Amino acid sequence: MSAQDEGRPIQSSTPDGAAAIGRHAIRTEALSKDFTLHLQGGLRIPVLRDVDLAVAPGECVALAGPSGAGKSTLMRCLYGNYGAGSGHVWVRHDGRDVDITNADAREVRAVRRDTLGYVSQFLRVIPRVPTQQIVAEPLMARGVPREDAMAHAAALLSRLNLPATLHGLPPATFSGGEQQRVNLARGFAPGYPVLLLDEPTASLDAANRDVVVALIAEAKRAGTAIIGIFHDTEVRDRVADRLYEVAPLQDAA
Amino acid sequence: MIEAGYNFGYLDENTKRMIRRALLQAVALPGYQVPFGSREMPLPYGWGTGGIQVTASIIGADDVLKVIDQGADDTTNAVSIRRFFNRVTGVATTEHTGEATIIQTRHRVPEATLREGQVLVYQVPMPEPLFRLEPRVAETKRMHALADYGLMHVKLYEDIARHGAATTSYNYPVLVNRRYLMSPSPIPAFDNPKLDMMPALQLFGAGREKRIYAVPPYTEVKSLDFDDHPFQPARANAACVICGSRESYLDELIVDDGGTRHFVCSDTDYCASRPPLQEAAE
Amino acid sequence: MSALLTAEGLHLHFGKVAALDDVALEIHPGEVVAIVGESGSGKTTLLRVLAGMMAPQAGQVLYAGEDVHAMGEAARRRLMRSDWGFVHQNPRDGLRLRVSAGGNVGERLMAAGARHYGDIRAEATEWLKRVEIDPARIDDMPLQFSGGMQQRLQIARTLVTRPKLVFMDEPTGGLDVSVQARLLDLIRALVAELGLAVLIVTHDIAAARLLAHRMLVMRRGQVVEQGLTDRVLDDPQHPYTQLLVSSVLAA
Repeated sequence: MSAQDEGRPIQSSTPDGAAAIGRHAIRTEALSKDFTLHLQGGLRIPVLRDVDLAVAPGECVALAGPSGAGKSTLMRCLYGNYGAGSGHVWVRHDGRDVDITNADAREVRAVRRDTLGYVSQFLRVIPRVPTQQIVAEPLMARGVPREDAMAHAAALLSRLNLPATLHGLPPATFSGGEQQRVNLARGFAPGYPVLLLDEPTASLDAANRDVVVALIAEAKRAGTAIIGIFHDTEVRDRVADRLYEVAPLQDAA
Repeated sequence: MIEAGYNFGYLDENTKRMIRRALLQAVALPGYQVPFGSREMPLPYGWGTGGIQVTASIIGADDVLKVIDQGADDTTNAVSIRRFFNRVTGVATTEHTGEATIIQTRHRVPEATLREGQVLVYQVPMPEPLFRLEPRVAETKRMHALADYGLMHVKLYEDIARHGAATTSYNYPVLVNRRYLMSPSPIPAFDNPKLDMMPALQLFGAGREKRIYAVPPYTEVKSLDFDDHPFQPARANAACVICGSRESYLDELIVDDGGTRHFVCSDTDYCASRPPLQEAAE
Repeated sequence: MSALLTAEGLHLHFGKVAALDDVALEIHPGEVVAIVGESGSGKTTLLRVLAGMMAPQAGQVLYAGEDVHAMGEAARRRLMRSDWGFVHQNPRDGLRLRVSAGGNVGERLMAAGARHYGDIRAEATEWLKRVEIDPARIDDMPLQFSGGMQQRLQIARTLVTRPKLVFMDEPTGGLDVSVQARLLDLIRALVAELGLAVLIVTHDIAAARLLAHRMLVMRRGQVVEQGLTDRVLDDPQHPYTQLLVSSVLAA
């Protein structure tokens, strides 16, 4: 596979292929989210109200808005990491729409394994697991043979300028920028049909930013729907097809 | 002639009946330990009280009794028990294996092949083959009930791992009729193969532990082993200095202060039945 | 895929104290489920009831469609040495201390009918390697091992027959923090590799996050919250879960 050798994402087919362009890969419906802090006397903090966002395969949408407006909260709701107060998050998975906010845990796991990827700002380090394996794991979880998965992981890490000498080491001692690149490789490797990117270039130098921009462009061409938070407006303008404004809520309580 | 004042066989009839019921159950469940109401006997526990109670319950006026201790008819224990039964039953006694109908034994199986109609009664100090591995009695019972004998193989595994071979040289555990794990009493492992498909009835009595078990005639008795470490009965690699036998189980004797070792047959009747060696042959 | 183990309506009271109050749960093949909660919350009781070691006063536990508490001890023991495994908090409860490391690992194989010494030893050697114990120590006694090694030996002994469902009771409980991380990582790798279903009781939130796909939070005999591990920990809803999560250092 030449695509592998060049460290491009393995593009598993989007559920409905190119014919489904125009149909949404991920879509929210009147999504609202409050936090209730029981330890603070039941204080309620509303964060999202009636968010309707739809992203088509091959489209990249950047979330915009001042910090504290709830962009990261929205991303976490999309991934199912946060539950929703009300409304839905529909993800096109295995030929049907799955509501991430209400699906049971096993189904959310299946969606995350096959359809929905998430690159957070910080790598959650798993002790003692070598970098290359961290990147290869999501591929193996989807049934890619170990050798192929490891080769693909190595190619992608190298493309992100992480030298081969580091591939066998656990990333716990890596710098912030190196850890972020491991995180990016892990997120891009499987070629998820839907990819969520939270500040993917925050601690990268210009050369690596370019690699990420190229990876995003390739993923879009392959039909991946991307939602991102890009603090770096230059990167944002290079990759985003449109912006989605997340406005801070006034105290509704 | 029974000595005055004693019931035939020393035990009262109700006790004998109780023990016979236990024996019937034991024969019906080969290798299974049947509890019984062990009585006080006129000798201490550890001297064969279990075997004596079994013998007393099955012996009849026409029986011919042989008693051996470590294969010998002339040791204190064997002589005392033989004399005891002579006093309380008046039955004939013998030292010849072939003539006996009941043979009570401590720690040996006779060399001569036993035949149908004979009964071999073993004196058993500890009937539970798992007791060194699993101290909880309730747990060993459960293991028997469920035929959960992996632990016994663990012991065998440990022996081979540490010593290269099974080191248990007596009281080597057997599986009876492919079901119950059984202690053959402290006979040498050399004797284990004799238990398998034996034409005679084998009864085991443990007086202190209050258990009876049995192996009916022609029952499979298999010594535990591994496929790649098959059971091997061991004997001293020597000949008996009296009869020259290289087949029988031998006792080792130190005959002088220099530590000179001689080997003689442990089965005195077997040894005596063979033509003696010429003095020169030594 | 149908559930491997299903429990419904479990009740168990010790006097006035409710150890289990209407508890239900399911575990599917290959799924790792953590039960968390403070001491006395009923989590260990739940584990023992699910594993058939303790009978509930009401409710039932089904394994592969069969009632675990109605099946009789023989069948339950067969399960315990074939389909199931149990890893105790204290390795001394799960190991035979007077039996060598190799014998400890080999016991389940022998209980399952293995009768070839060479094969048993080869398999034990392989498993010692997998749990990162030097195979040269195969004939050493568990008491010569450190606590972490003993726990890894217990895991090897439990997994050697490739059970489908493993119950773990605070497997990192008595260990140093540095040793805990290594053990957790080892469990994580083996569970993924063998596709085991695991029910793990722990009060270590970080351990639960690392290992578990799904989490149940127990308090006073009740499951107060359950769901995807990261959602329960990052967006806890119940006051008790919020307290639990806020009381630990960043996990």
